[in-house]
Amino acid sequence: MTENKDNFIEIRGLSFGYGNKVVFDGVDMDIPRGKVTAVMGPSGTGKTTLLRLIGAQLTPDAGTVRVDGQLLSSLRRDELFHLRARMGMLFQSGALFTDMSVFDNVAFPLRVHTGLAESMIRDIVLMKLQTVGLRGAASLMPAMLSGGMARRVALARATALDPDFIMYDEPFVGQDPIAMGVLVNLLGSLKKALGLTSLIVSHDLAETAAIADVLYILANGSVIASGRPDELQNSDDPQVTQFMKGLPDGPVPFHYPAKDYSEDMLGESA
Amino acid sequence: MRVRTIEISVGLFLVAGLLALAMLALKVSGLSVSAGGGTYRLYAEFDNVGALTRRAKVSMAGVTVGRVVDIEFDKNTYMARVAMDLDADVNTIPLDSSAAILTTGLLGEKFVGISAGGDDVFLKDGDLVEDTQSAVVLEELIGRFLLNSSDGGD
Amino acid sequence: MNWCTESMVSLGRWGVDTVRVMGRATLILFLMLSRGGGGQGAFFPLLVRQVYVVGVLSLVIIAVAGLFIGMVLALQGYNILVGYGTEQAVGQLVALSLVRELGPVVTALLFAGRAGSALTAEIGLMKTTDQLASLEMIGVDPLRQIAAPRFLAGVISMPILACIFSMVGILGGALIGIDWLGIYDGSFWGNMEQAVSFADDVMDGLIKSVVFGVVVSWIAVFQGYESMPTSEGISLATTRTVVYSSLAVLALDLFLTAVMFGDL
Repeated sequence: MTENKDNFIEIRGLSFGYGNKVVFDGVDMDIPRGKVTAVMGPSGTGKTTLLRLIGAQLTPDAGTVRVDGQLLSSLRRDELFHLRARMGMLFQSGALFTDMSVFDNVAFPLRVHTGLAESMIRDIVLMKLQTVGLRGAASLMPAMLSGGMARRVALARATALDPDFIMYDEPFVGQDPIAMGVLVNLLGSLKKALGLTSLIVSHDLAETAAIADVLYILANGSVIASGRPDELQNSDDPQVTQFMKGLPDGPVPFHYPAKDYSEDMLGESA
Repeated sequence: MRVRTIEISVGLFLVAGLLALAMLALKVSGLSVSAGGGTYRLYAEFDNVGALTRRAKVSMAGVTVGRVVDIEFDKNTYMARVAMDLDADVNTIPLDSSAAILTTGLLGEKFVGISAGGDDVFLKDGDLVEDTQSAVVLEELIGRFLLNSSDGGD
Repeated sequence: MNWCTESMVSLGRWGVDTVRVMGRATLILFLMLSRGGGGQGAFFPLLVRQVYVVGVLSLVIIAVAGLFIGMVLALQGYNILVGYGTEQAVGQLVALSLVRELGPVVTALLFAGRAGSALTAEIGLMKTTDQLASLEMIGVDPLRQIAAPRFLAGVISMPILACIFSMVGILGGALIGIDWLGIYDGSFWGNMEQAVSFADDVMDGLIKSVVFGVVVSWIAVFQGYESMPTSEGISLATTRTVVYSSLAVLALDLFLTAVMFGDL
């Protein structure tokens, strides 16, 4: 497989499972440089697991993940930590360090990786907080923030080192409409300002489709469709239409795999 | 400042720990700083050590001067070989001194008592105390007493 | 026959699981020790902070417990010994019981309940809220940043707490024995000095407390790390920390006592 310089991340034949449960079965995926790629799919299709595989927090059972041309499985520990310094990740919960103030949270990656003077770090942190509109909250502790604010602080922290690549895990879940709008704006401006490669994992169709350049739809452990959002919107593949239109039942079943219903109900008493 | 208080209290905590250890050493276990801790090894062979155990004290004139560190059976002489560590500053024990296994009180614990001899050469590290007196085994004593008294009765 | 196979299967599964858990625990211990010093950022401030959380904050409960236990020992010992006219030996009874056994053991049990459970819950919660994963993604090893300072702080704090426990207990015993029961203070302290040896009793107690410190902190950190990332998982892990470390402390105490004082 030759690698394509336009792709920041290339995933080939990725398989992964927890115990007997197969999460991915031969997934191929390209994440192009400088664009926003969205991975969508019903809950429980392992979208978060995909991010962990790209961050090398999990090791695939089979297949390869290349980040910026580097094969993850061939990296030494320190090389991996070095690579991670160039990746930002926004966790679903924000994952702020609860024992540090907002300021220290954003300063943390800078202190760990740069060895800059404290006055420099202060300037950078305030700049990042200004971008997310929370400079005034610098001295607060994470417990005092609302969910939306915590996520914005987490975004400031994830971008503190000006990464090449940033991953968002369900950035829109559980946000009120205003916070959602703020986030969508932020993501868009980040992409423009920094030329960032982004990967969004989400099941919020409208918001994601609005900012994504490329869309992947995952179901049952494999990619069922990919392309530009408007292409997929007009696709006639039943699996894709089900997801894009939000139909409750279809090729992606509403029911968790089970025995035949009538057999299950009657079999017990029989 | 919060960080300062934490550092200060951790410092105080460490000092309190060291202070407690120092008190355990000095006041509770009576460890004297001047003793220096050095010891030298003497051996003694007894026909019978009775209930003497390791860590039993070794005393001269009623003062503890060392401790028993090992007791083993000597298969050549069929005697019990007792190794003792004596304080390094008690270095003037005459060569012809004798060691006896004694008991504190009637039923108390066994210890090794050394009685000074008259030689002007002193025992050194690794030497053997030649003159020994075994433990008094109470049962034997009673047995002998009964035997004697029955002899006398006839 | 079927029942027989079933029980063999579950026994086998239990065996495999146990070995697997022990393996992971050993691995975590090894990684914590090997990466504890190095890495990015200063390690010392992290350690100082954890000694504060784990050690200093446990001081009050340890000191109070030590005081009461020392007093009770003196009272009970007096009541027994006075029957033989040897109440002067209360000092050595209190000191030997505390320095050899109760100091290290009770401190370790209280430590497991006070600090160990808190460690497990804290690390478990960090895992649940993705803080550990977040550290990894920032390029910081959570074992080094989170686990190692907590583990080392436990190992450092335990002997200090045990010494303080014993000393406070002995002072409590003296308070009861000398001031209340009227034992002559010269024979109280004199007998104690005579009976307690620094090299054997105090040092052996100290060694015990270091071993307990390693075991309790290890279990606490490991349980936090291995906890299921749910609220139920954290409560389960916290309970396990207290139960496992208490049992481990008591079993190890028997073993260490056998080696140290039983000439095993």
